[in-house]
Amino acid sequence: MKIAVCMKRVPDTATRLSFASDGTSIDTSEVQWVISPYDEYAIEEALRIREQHGDGTVTVVCVGPESSTKELRKALGMGVDDAVLATSDEPLDPIQTARALAAILSKRGDDLILFGRQSVDSQGAQVGALVARLLGHPFVNDIAAMAVTDGMIRIEREVEGGREVIEGPLPVIVGADKSLNEPRYPKLKEIMLAKKKPIETVPCDGGAPSLETIALTPPPPRPEGRIIGEGPEAVEELVRVLREEAKVI
Amino acid sequence: MKIIVWIEFSHGKVKSASLEALGSARTLAESASGEVIAVLCGPGAGQAASSMVTAGAHRIVTIEGESLSNSHVDAIATEVAQLATAESASMLFASATSVGKEVIALTAGSLGTAVAADCISISHEGDAYCIERPVYAGKAILRQKVVSDPAVISLRPNYGKQVEREAATVTDQQSTADSVLKRTGFIEGSAAKMELTEAEIIVSGGRGLKKPENFALLESLADLLGGAVGASRVVVDAGWRPHSDQVGQTGKTVSPKLYIAVGISGAIQHLAGMSSSRTIVAINKDAAAPIFQVATYGIVGDLFEVIPRLESELKAVLQ
Repeated sequence: MKIAVCMKRVPDTATRLSFASDGTSIDTSEVQWVISPYDEYAIEEALRIREQHGDGTVTVVCVGPESSTKELRKALGMGVDDAVLATSDEPLDPIQTARALAAILSKRGDDLILFGRQSVDSQGAQVGALVARLLGHPFVNDIAAMAVTDGMIRIEREVEGGREVIEGPLPVIVGADKSLNEPRYPKLKEIMLAKKKPIETVPCDGGAPSLETIALTPPPPRPEGRIIGEGPEAVEELVRVLREEAKVI
Repeated sequence: MKIIVWIEFSHGKVKSASLEALGSARTLAESASGEVIAVLCGPGAGQAASSMVTAGAHRIVTIEGESLSNSHVDAIATEVAQLATAESASMLFASATSVGKEVIALTAGSLGTAVAADCISISHEGDAYCIERPVYAGKAILRQKVVSDPAVISLRPNYGKQVEREAATVTDQQSTADSVLKRTGFIEGSAAKMELTEAEIIVSGGRGLKKPENFALLESLADLLGGAVGASRVVVDAGWRPHSDQVGQTGKTVSPKLYIAVGISGAIQHLAGMSSSRTIVAINKDAAAPIFQVATYGIVGDLFEVIPRLESELKAVLQ
């Protein structure tokens, strides 16, 4: 089994954002970078499949600045075999990212490619689908369970009211959701080994964008709220304002 | 100018989020004397279409056929992309529900472009379209110019406006697309009946609920209001609630008209995921909890006293 996992580094979700003076980006000087949380589920699932099958390789593929090697090392520390980084210092739109990933993946011929269901920064939930179309592979996002046997994949995904079961032959591209697994913490020994694992850097060619950024701004402030009161005695007034002021019920 | 709007339906019922996207498309088309084509794919498309002939489309295309009946959404996206090409559409719209995001992304991929995803506004700027979308779960707003042809856009549920117009003409087509992956089964249960991102009212609970069984209080309140139940990350991580209920940057970003936060203190990543809700009610015994900073209305108190009272007061006024 040859498996690729596409990952992105993002600011830690506990960070308060500060905005850069160019008006189109965030100030990254104080940012704590992490592997996008859904991508960690994708990495963990790839490792489990490799372990269950007793052979195969797991490669992480990433588009980003040179400094992303730090997050790639974290993935290698979890047990991933090697990494490929398409270096780009410029921000890319989803189709540019997808083209850069597809350029790498099309030369590899993976049996299975995993993404996180979406990145937690731009939240477009689309790069996996775009790559799938560029490579001509089927794509299923938001997967809650999966199993691979004899070149076939069985997927469960959560939809309204339950789980849909989807089956078919590999190669397939999937987007991992949270309920898929519990990602492992790297062990010290693995972290030491990860330092020697290869990270290949390649040039990034994303082509022309579909979307051009004009501005990135803080959200408009919420109108000042108020405390209605304390305890159950305040409920009558709450119901009144919800009906008469907010008009939401 | 032609705008194609992909319409989502289940059990014969068209999603209100799709009708909002259709309404927004119609409003945009009217300012540029354009045409709006709604497309419904899959078994029951014809029947679902008949319920929305006056919802803003000039034309409705239904695509049914054997190949779509047990296919994954891959096949639907292929049909929509083929229609977009055949009609030389300049824009494609869908609602950013979870299935909608998947269909529109695959469609965009077939057309070699990206999606302007989960937009909260669309406007003309010269001959280009500008969109605004929340990123970092709403910690920032990104303004972008769409430079692809066609422009592919998904709209956040609860942000568009439904319209009523003259009746559309309806044409039927047979599907030709197929997918490698097939839907082979359905497991009842586990996931919520109502998709959180589409709910108009959300009653959300956190650690203050003390134990999983106490979410019954919120279930009952949500039922009364016709809403859905959400949860904070802490209680999802503890296994009290399914992960599909999780609101926040690492869960779902929601924008209902009413969000009731019960026993949730308000971690940054939770606030990010819900602070674009129109009205926020916070009920928490800790007056210093960060949730009160984003709340429209707050009650400081014991939720186990406040919630039952709230339910009985609401019952009295709603019935």
